[in-house]
Amino acid sequence: MDQILSNISLLFEFPVVNLKIVIDGIMIGALFALAAYGLALVWGVMNVKNLAQGDFVIAGGYVAWWFAKQGLPPLLGVPLAFVIMWGVGWLIYKLVISRVIERDLFTSLLATFGIAIMMAQILNLMFGSDTQSIDLGYDSFYFFDGFIDIPVAKLIGVLMATALAAAVIIFMKSSRMGQAIRATSQDARAARVLGINTEKVYAFTFSLNSAICGAAGAIIVMVWIIQPFYGITHSIRAFVIVTAAGLGNLPGVIAAGLGIGALEQYGAHIFGIGYQQAVAVMLLLMVLIFRLVQQRKVRKSLE
Amino acid sequence: MKSKKLSFYGILVAIIIIAPFVFPSFSTQLATLWLMIIVAMTWDMTGGQMGYNSLGNIFFYGTGMYVAAVITIAIPFDVGEYNNAFGGGIYKFTDTQYFLGVFLGILGAGLFCSICAVLIGFVTFGLRGPYFAIGTLGVAIAAGELVSNWEWIGGGQGISLPVFPYDLDLGKTFFYFLYAVTGVSLFVFLKWLYSTRFGAAINAIRDDEEKAEAMGIHTLRYKLTTWSMSAFFIGVVGGISAFQLIHFEPLETAYQTINLGIFMVVCVLLGGKGTLWGPIIGAIVFHVFKEVTWNYLLGWQWVALGALIVITVVYFKDGIMGGLMRSKPEWFNSDAENRAQAGADS
Repeated sequence: MDQILSNISLLFEFPVVNLKIVIDGIMIGALFALAAYGLALVWGVMNVKNLAQGDFVIAGGYVAWWFAKQGLPPLLGVPLAFVIMWGVGWLIYKLVISRVIERDLFTSLLATFGIAIMMAQILNLMFGSDTQSIDLGYDSFYFFDGFIDIPVAKLIGVLMATALAAAVIIFMKSSRMGQAIRATSQDARAARVLGINTEKVYAFTFSLNSAICGAAGAIIVMVWIIQPFYGITHSIRAFVIVTAAGLGNLPGVIAAGLGIGALEQYGAHIFGIGYQQAVAVMLLLMVLIFRLVQQRKVRKSLE
Repeated sequence: MKSKKLSFYGILVAIIIIAPFVFPSFSTQLATLWLMIIVAMTWDMTGGQMGYNSLGNIFFYGTGMYVAAVITIAIPFDVGEYNNAFGGGIYKFTDTQYFLGVFLGILGAGLFCSICAVLIGFVTFGLRGPYFAIGTLGVAIAAGELVSNWEWIGGGQGISLPVFPYDLDLGKTFFYFLYAVTGVSLFVFLKWLYSTRFGAAINAIRDDEEKAEAMGIHTLRYKLTTWSMSAFFIGVVGGISAFQLIHFEPLETAYQTINLGIFMVVCVLLGGKGTLWGPIIGAIVFHVFKEVTWNYLLGWQWVALGALIVITVVYFKDGIMGGLMRSKPEWFNSDAENRAQAGADS
């Protein structure tokens, strides 16, 4: 308890610490936002809540890590993870997801939970349970007499995340497939009537989601650490972000992603790093309760 | 018909009573089987009968363990000091203290968990469908983390309880019968409960909550009552397994979200949701499958478990009971209630 209080008072004594926490949080939050965007995409288009989201992220991280260990330039890991996770996502769609789309939500939730357990264990068996990361070997920028350090690797990561997000947004807005995806998410039946092969759209959307997650994971392994069982925390974060922002609200997803990143860094600073997962979960519960109160207001006005 | 049923239940009870004496080396196995059956039945109360799929019922199991342990220790000793010494040789329990602890601990675990269920339910029952599942999963994960950082109850190292004071084989039989009595009373209770107006009300909530509310059912009250009843029984088995395991720690044993927490859901889905016998059959099939295959899989058992979840969910939608009801409806003719449930599920 004393430790917590002294951690809080530290924030007020040295305001620059706040700045550092917020910058750290925003840099990692950009990657959370990426995974959350994928989740919102699948959720909105095919009404499947993917609990394996975080494990796609971790799997992408391991793909990049493995290629870097083979001697390839680490930055090449991001496109490689994108491509390989695309394939994994397509396979999972064909084997499992295509059979649960029409069923109730709990079925798809449980099916993806099963996939999450399988993926975490397979990664564990293949790569061991140690935490892994890639050291890019770049320097850091220092500000405020070295109080704040911004590693170049993290800047590159944020830039790549931004570039990927921009590419996906442009793709969704202007390409033929992007239009088909948006049409399907509005009304799958009408889209089918108008000649859109929704089965193809679903497969494409799920693979795209998995690929986005994979790329996010490949960036995370460069700026942070990965471990086979960190997936569930990433999934919960993605759920927090999407639930807070609402579906199909891209600026909201980005803002919520950055916010979650910052809040989690604050939580880790105040309560200690051991509570990181608990902080993510608590945020989820708070968001859910807040949504509940909001809905109750709507109900009352209808009376 | 009536006598046939009576003799069926009579044979069943006889098997339950003599099983640990016929297979004495399996009595711990059989006790674990009872544990699976009980948690599956309690999960089915909310998941199958009421339509609220909780992924966080393991919270009550872990909390039950801790409450039972704390009560047992708190009767003769100071809990914080005991856990700092990590149960070392200094603390000796007399027989009376032990059995008083078992009795009060298990009862207290059940009661505490029902109160917890009401408090958590006030928040989480506003959530529908998958939000409820994720919200309850969140509660269980957070609770595990918080408990593992709470030094007063042993932190990440967990708690050690005293060993059964008499012969160890007698202890195994003792715990088997504790589970068995809990399981049989739960079964009798549920058989009665599902035949009452209460059972019809929670089925109505599952089928259409808005309509049920419009029909004058106070849905929140029914949901809270059902969940707290189910939490009571999970808390009780949590308390029993705390004494059976002697030592337990928070993340892997008590709040084991992806082991028992997901096993109970798989058992129910495998056996058939929303039926009285489904969870029992599912638990038996699952436990036998798990025990037979587990040791030969060499690290791949969790992959196999994930695959089992996926296959069960994707291909066996109605479970064993649901499939039987569809293919052999004449077997269930005597039980009109089951038939109605099968109709409601499909």
